[in-house]
Amino acid sequence: MKILVVLKMAPDVVEELDIAPSGTALDPRGQRMVVSESDEHALEEALILKERHGGKVTVLALDAPDVDEVLFAALAKGADRAIKIKGAAKGLATSVAADTLAQVIGSELGLTPADLILCGVQAVDDLDGLIAPLIACQLGLPFLGIVTGLWVDAPGSRAFAIKEYPGGVRGEFEVAIPAVFGIQAAERPPRYIPVAKVRAAMKSHAIECIPAPLPVNAVTPLIQVLAMRKATLAPRAEILEGSPDGVSARVCEILAGRDLI
Amino acid sequence: MTGNIWVLAEQWRGRISEITYEGLALGRELADQSGARLEAVLVGHNVRALADTLGRADSVLCLDHPLLAEPVASVYVDVLAPLLAERKLAAFLIPLTNVSLGIGSWLAGQLRVPAVNFCKDARFVDGRLQARCVLYGGKIEAEVAVCGEPAILGIWPGARPPEKGRSAQPPAIEQVTVFPDQTPSVRFRRYVEPARGDTDLRQQEILVGVGRGIRNKENMALAENLAGVLGGVVCGSRSVVDQGWLPLSRRVGKSGLTVKPKLYFALGISGAPEHVQGMRKSGCVIAVNTDPQAPIFDVAHYGIVGDVIELLPALTRAIRARKPPADDA
Ligand SMILES: Cc1cc2nc3c(=O)[nH]c(=O)nc-3n(C[C@H](O)[C@H](O)[C@H](O)COP(=O)(O)OP(=O)(O)OC[C@H]3O[C@@H](n4cnc5c(N)ncnc54)[C@H](O)[C@@H]3O)c2cc1C
Ligand SMILES: Nc1ncnc2c1ncn2[C@@H]1O[C@H](COP(=O)(O)O)[C@@H](O)[C@H]1O
Repeated sequence: MKILVVLKMAPDVVEELDIAPSGTALDPRGQRMVVSESDEHALEEALILKERHGGKVTVLALDAPDVDEVLFAALAKGADRAIKIKGAAKGLATSVAADTLAQVIGSELGLTPADLILCGVQAVDDLDGLIAPLIACQLGLPFLGIVTGLWVDAPGSRAFAIKEYPGGVRGEFEVAIPAVFGIQAAERPPRYIPVAKVRAAMKSHAIECIPAPLPVNAVTPLIQVLAMRKATLAPRAEILEGSPDGVSARVCEILAGRDLI
Repeated sequence: MTGNIWVLAEQWRGRISEITYEGLALGRELADQSGARLEAVLVGHNVRALADTLGRADSVLCLDHPLLAEPVASVYVDVLAPLLAERKLAAFLIPLTNVSLGIGSWLAGQLRVPAVNFCKDARFVDGRLQARCVLYGGKIEAEVAVCGEPAILGIWPGARPPEKGRSAQPPAIEQVTVFPDQTPSVRFRRYVEPARGDTDLRQQEILVGVGRGIRNKENMALAENLAGVLGGVVCGSRSVVDQGWLPLSRRVGKSGLTVKPKLYFALGISGAPEHVQGMRKSGCVIAVNTDPQAPIFDVAHYGIVGDVIELLPALTRAIRARKPPADDA
């Protein structure tokens, strides 16, 4: 079975985010990029499927700061191939990134036919679309999102997928493969990989670089960001300050005042 | 004149979702602003009766077919795309929920029209549609203009109060005949209900919510201790449940439960919109986070900027000193 995993770098939202002087984008300086959280689950699900059904896992990413480390980490975890697409403009809108990826997947020898294409369900910067349905649409493949479990039948023609609904309800689906899935969470938490193993992968493996298929900057964007601003400039919460004991005493007063203790 | 405004009337398992009424409230404003009609689009099987609750719209397009019984994105797109191409509209508002996720992106990709996700607000400015969106886990807001029609707007819960999207008056109904693919490549098989037997979070008055900031499984005991002295129950964000530190039944948010306790502690929870959706109606929210810019401080009534690992023992001690353990059995 051939599994493709699309990885995307996104700003680490636990860090402070600053707006660029243009006022319409994040300031890339000092901004830490990490692999989008659900993409990491997509990779884990792919590795679980490889263990379960056999096959080959190829990870694919657009060039971005620190993406090499992410690709080497994927190789160290058990991916068989890592491909980096170079030359696309930085900070592409999700729709343009999806077009680029779909073109590469559709045209690059050795990537198609793939049985399963796994993407993260959503990234924190997916302003103009989600990558999984966009890739599925471009490749003319079926799609299912918010997936938390995946099995493939013996002939490898159908996948069974679990999708999450509100309230902890899950739905079971049958999907003809090849297909694209937006993975929300792998069946198990993403495996931990020690730095030493990533370093070893850097020595023993190589990342394949391929050029972006079209001058992506030429694509007219369909949306325009007019302004960006921090959402929590003045938090609504009353901030309690002091030592842990001091703050705890204040919390007790608040709870007592509301008859909660 | 611009085209009409459409709202996807999300229905799931025989009920119209709350967010549909939020979408209708926002859609009503857009339609009134541009002098266009507001139309709700109801897709499903045997859903005719549900259409009567959508009177905030001028009319309801009813797409009823056995093959549309379950909201499968590709199947819905299959019947919606030709309709969108054929009718003149300015915007299609689609709820960004676990039920409808993917429909908007796919439609936009197929029709090559603009899409904007995570919309909290939208309006026409000089005849051009603009939206306000929540990005980066709730930390950043973006003002976005769309270039082209129809625009697909992914609506975030909380965009408008749902009451503003309700009306006692039944709307005009237009039955639209559709021909969905008889052999869809994505087939719904069955629902798997959540396991019963664990505590029902929705019945609790005090919830101690834990997020990734708790760092590891061992530290969960700190939250359990606090819940113990308060007589409450521990619940958590998606991250904590995905790590296996809490069962699925304890997840709060978009794909978990919506809770409304008197007191909600948010400990090491960033306040991503998907989590906030499930707890924003809590009576009193106390948030503890090392990041002063964490969006949870926008939802909380009281905030403590600090390390939850350091604070929890002190807080538990202080409460225990005031109150004997609720149920030490
Ligand atoms: C379709 C979909 C559905 C989803 N459904 C849900 C859902 O139902 N429920 C849900 O919760 N999420 C859901 N999510 C995920 C959601 O987007 C967030 O990823 C998730 O809520 C983040 O969890 P968190 O706050 O625990 O982790 P993070 O966002 O990583 O935040 C951790 C926080 O802890 C703080 N912190 C770190 N160390 C400490 C410390 N020592 N002391 C105090 N604070 C500390 C950090 O500053 C940070 O703010 C969904 C996502 C998608 C795409
Ligand atoms: N919910 C599920 N849990 C575990 N395995 C599943 C699930 N759904 C489908 N499968 C797998 O898919 C295969 C075919 O499913 P079925 O058609 O239901 O027999 C089974 O043998 C399982 O390996």
